[in-house]
Amino acid sequence: MLRFLLSKLATFVPTFIGVTLISFMFIRVLPGDPIIVMAGERGMTEERYQEMVVKLGFDKPVIEQYWSYLTGVLQGDLGESFITKKPVWDEFFALFPATLELSICAMIFAIVLGLPAGVIAAVNRGKFFDRALMSSALIGYSMPIFWWALLLIIVFSGNLGWTPVSGRISLMFFFDDVTGFMLIDSLLSGQKGAFASAVHHLVLPTIVLGTIPLAVIARQTRSAMLEVLGEDYIRTARAKGLAPARINGLHALRNALIPVVTVIGLSVGTLLAGAILTETIFSWPGIGKWMVDSIFRRDYPVVQGGLLMIAVIVMIVNLTVDLLYGAINPKIRRRS
Amino acid sequence: MTDQVANTTEPAEVKEIRPSALREFWYYFSENRGAVIGMWVFLGFAFLAVFGPLIAPYDPTEQFRDHILQPPFWQEGGSWAFPLGTDPLGRDMLSRLINGARYSFFVGIVVVSVAASGGIIIGLLSGFAPKIIDTIIMRVMDIILAFPSLLLALVLVAILGPSLTNAMIAIAIVFQPHYVRLTRASVLAERQKDYVTSARVAGAGKSRLMFITVLPNCLAPIIVQGALSFSTAILDAAALGFLGMGAQPPTPEWGTMLAEAREFILRAWWVVTFPGLAILVTVLAINLMGDGLRDALDPKLKRS
Repeated sequence: MLRFLLSKLATFVPTFIGVTLISFMFIRVLPGDPIIVMAGERGMTEERYQEMVVKLGFDKPVIEQYWSYLTGVLQGDLGESFITKKPVWDEFFALFPATLELSICAMIFAIVLGLPAGVIAAVNRGKFFDRALMSSALIGYSMPIFWWALLLIIVFSGNLGWTPVSGRISLMFFFDDVTGFMLIDSLLSGQKGAFASAVHHLVLPTIVLGTIPLAVIARQTRSAMLEVLGEDYIRTARAKGLAPARINGLHALRNALIPVVTVIGLSVGTLLAGAILTETIFSWPGIGKWMVDSIFRRDYPVVQGGLLMIAVIVMIVNLTVDLLYGAINPKIRRRS
Repeated sequence: MTDQVANTTEPAEVKEIRPSALREFWYYFSENRGAVIGMWVFLGFAFLAVFGPLIAPYDPTEQFRDHILQPPFWQEGGSWAFPLGTDPLGRDMLSRLINGARYSFFVGIVVVSVAASGGIIIGLLSGFAPKIIDTIIMRVMDIILAFPSLLLALVLVAILGPSLTNAMIAIAIVFQPHYVRLTRASVLAERQKDYVTSARVAGAGKSRLMFITVLPNCLAPIIVQGALSFSTAILDAAALGFLGMGAQPPTPEWGTMLAEAREFILRAWWVVTFPGLAILVTVLAINLMGDGLRDALDPKLKRS
């Protein structure tokens, strides 16, 4: 196990360095001078310009610049936003809970619907349910989610008036951040209707963000189930006279879950990419919207820092999935 | 000597094998009804992409000031002059949609050919190169894959400046690692096989081994990946267009059309519904076709 752990870490470290290198390069390959961009339309004096060059370290050799960037990053220094002048690190962690809350809800939505859908399709292979579920899964998988969001807004917010169009909670409620998770904070605040409002705001973004993972999980569960259902021990279980529900639910699903869990772990990147679109459409104050807004505002330190943080999160999650997978399955451990 | 033998025997063999291989492919492919439907829809889409401007009733940028936000013909106030209605600037939706096919098709073709050709070459090199170079290449690919693809594409476009060409370049760069990994994995598997050893013993050089002996046997999964990334490329380009980072107005690109229509969603459902539907139908057709291709080309990957 230790060797497996070390071999995984041995690939993690160079990838991390590469990711920092890319985000470091980002601000330097931009067309135009970042300092002039930072000054905005007011411009700046020659003196102030030189001062900024020294402050940002642009006068030093590139290698030295990278080294101070890397050591800064490792200490949680991602620079300051051009616009708000706040540290990027602080901004990221102020907004991250919103994205995390939305992503967790989307994942729960996808798993709760996707697993049973895949199992039902596999058990009814070739029959009506299978076809209907798998066609829907393929449609979900092909869905441009930004359009899907607009359609849901037209129907549920426009025509039916059931759900709000933007934000995390109604403006009527105000309370302090405790955890950063609106669902928990609204409950803690004890204000009547706050929790319901938070849920209302969460429904559509959750559906939109969860649609593609849902389709992927349903398809993966179905094919993993089909594979397992062909195994000898399932035949044995049938021959023993176990109830079909017990066979499918206990014997088959448990063994089919391993590839499904991997897919779930690996779709974190998809979720973060989806969050960019979903948060922009629903004005959800999370990382995705923050990134898009910063790109438009040319707030380069934010884009740079956000890019790095998101990549590192994806890497850590993938590493964890790999390690867990190795811990559960000795075959994988030995292979590497 | 060996070359001569090969030259004299090959043509006869090819004549016998090729048609039956194609027939075999079609046999498996046509078993999947969804794939055949997908193929027909895709052919229709390709037809529109090529001949769109000839078929479309109006110019996609022509503005009919008297017919702003006119609904489709089956709704009150609609007319057959503008079958799918008009947009907020009075442009014909149908003409814009037909012309939009061209951009999406173009995106798919360019992205897949750039990403695949680059990825195949790097993957082949990686599979044949000494271990140290292989490791370096694969680490670089890991680094690119650590970024969520849409985010990296978005940032690349921010660097290059928003336009459809830059969006295509960005998406192609982001997709490349998948081809590299796929090619390398099949190369490593094929290299062990006897026919490669025999070619090497017969004196085949490295480049002949790479491109003529091994590559054709690695193509099946790459073709399947090509179909799947064709659809993903269309989706991502539309998403970039929607975020204002892809094709710029007044280009009738479907994602850009959606972005322009956003503020009218509660007043005029058709300006939002049709462009998205066009993206969905196209992507769905390509994915159906991709599933069929996978079943037909790669029995190993076949979904039971």
